[in-house]
Amino acid sequence: MIRIALLVAGKDLRIELRSRVLLWQVVPFGVMALLLCGLALGPAHAGNSSAGPGLFYLVILLVVLLMVNRSQSIECSSGTRSSVATLGLDPAGVFLGKSLALAVELWTTGLLLLAGAVLVLHTALHGSLVALPSIIVTLGALAAAGTLYGALTAGGDTTATLLPMLALPAFAPLLIAGERSFSDALHGGGLWQWWVIVVVALVAYLGVGILLYGVLEES
Amino acid sequence: MMKQLSQRLLGPVTLVLLALTIWLGLWVTPPDKIQGQLARLVYVHPSVAWVALYVSFGTATIASALYLWRRTRSMTMDRVAHCAMEVSVVFILLTLITGSIWGRPTWGVWWAWDARLTSTAILGVLAIGYLALRRANDDPALRARRSAVFAILAAINVPIIHFSVDWWKTLHQGATVFTANRTLLIHGIQAWTLLISFVGFTLLFFWLLRSRYRLEVRRESQSRIQLDEALLARQREGAVA
Repeated sequence: MIRIALLVAGKDLRIELRSRVLLWQVVPFGVMALLLCGLALGPAHAGNSSAGPGLFYLVILLVVLLMVNRSQSIECSSGTRSSVATLGLDPAGVFLGKSLALAVELWTTGLLLLAGAVLVLHTALHGSLVALPSIIVTLGALAAAGTLYGALTAGGDTTATLLPMLALPAFAPLLIAGERSFSDALHGGGLWQWWVIVVVALVAYLGVGILLYGVLEES
Repeated sequence: MMKQLSQRLLGPVTLVLLALTIWLGLWVTPPDKIQGQLARLVYVHPSVAWVALYVSFGTATIASALYLWRRTRSMTMDRVAHCAMEVSVVFILLTLITGSIWGRPTWGVWWAWDARLTSTAILGVLAIGYLALRRANDDPALRARRSAVFAILAAINVPIIHFSVDWWKTLHQGATVFTANRTLLIHGIQAWTLLISFVGFTLLFFWLLRSRYRLEVRRESQSRIQLDEALLARQREGAVA
């Protein structure tokens, strides 16, 4: 399972490196969304608002939707599904591999957007660095959840509208937990309650994905 | 014989219990010392929420899990899950509406950023999402598989809603009928009215589920007939040409 996961993750990341969609489309979109958040707050509040962590995660959610769509469109290109079915790859391994690739892409984008939040929304640098482990785990949970919801909505002509509708309500607890742990890190508070939610969500989504991804891929 | 009798009695018994709830709730039970007449919503809102969160969503989740398990996989399970989720949407909306009617005079607003309200609204969106997911897939087997997985994922929200009043200290009150150590907080005619209301709304769910299921079976059969007729018409056109 792990070997297949690494193979699938490597394949997805190689496609990403060659196409550079992340670099030239997703990251600029995230930066633009971050700037729009600042504009929505207004010049007087953008730099000294406590909304920084919440806005960071809001932008992350929008970026996740783009990335999940992208990740699933790779699988939906002609012949890919039938090739995977013919190879008889373990679906749990495929799920873990796709989640891992998405997580790596999200961590990269998240780091860039975190730097953007420090720069544009004046989020404290030290607090942001303290919050980094919780951000990494939250983005991992989002990647696992996103891979599952992406597989649920893949293939139809309504994917673009259906994915946000199904995934965003499911992402809401992760947004709350991520935002709270980030805010706690900024204010030097105890992080553990929100860590628990994020870790439970990560384990739950990985568990459900390992068990049920095969059902979604059945033909 | 017994099955037929219980099916025939389901509707009338439900109507009698709901009428009894209205009569007891509006005329027999006394108003509350602090909340006055507003307290009468306690005979509707908790029962509707019970059906929305636990009975209907629970039925949809169990039917979905049974569909995914190969031994019990059948389109009947898929139909039950679909119909239960449709009824669930109605009850979730009723829960939010009755909660809002209570919230306006009690909290001063129609909507508060309360953990239970917000998580219930999210569950409502998930339930509507389930129906949207079904509409997006034409292949019955694919539709059944995807919606079953989604129902199980969405059910993760139910324990969050249940424990939200304990995890987050927000506006919505905690346990109303029982305390944490299982002591009854409501007594006498108020307790009986509440009990009748819970049973009445639960039976209403099963009545609606049964009616919706029968309608779904007829709709599927009608679609098959229409498809056969269309194929026959095409064949005749081909023969004439």
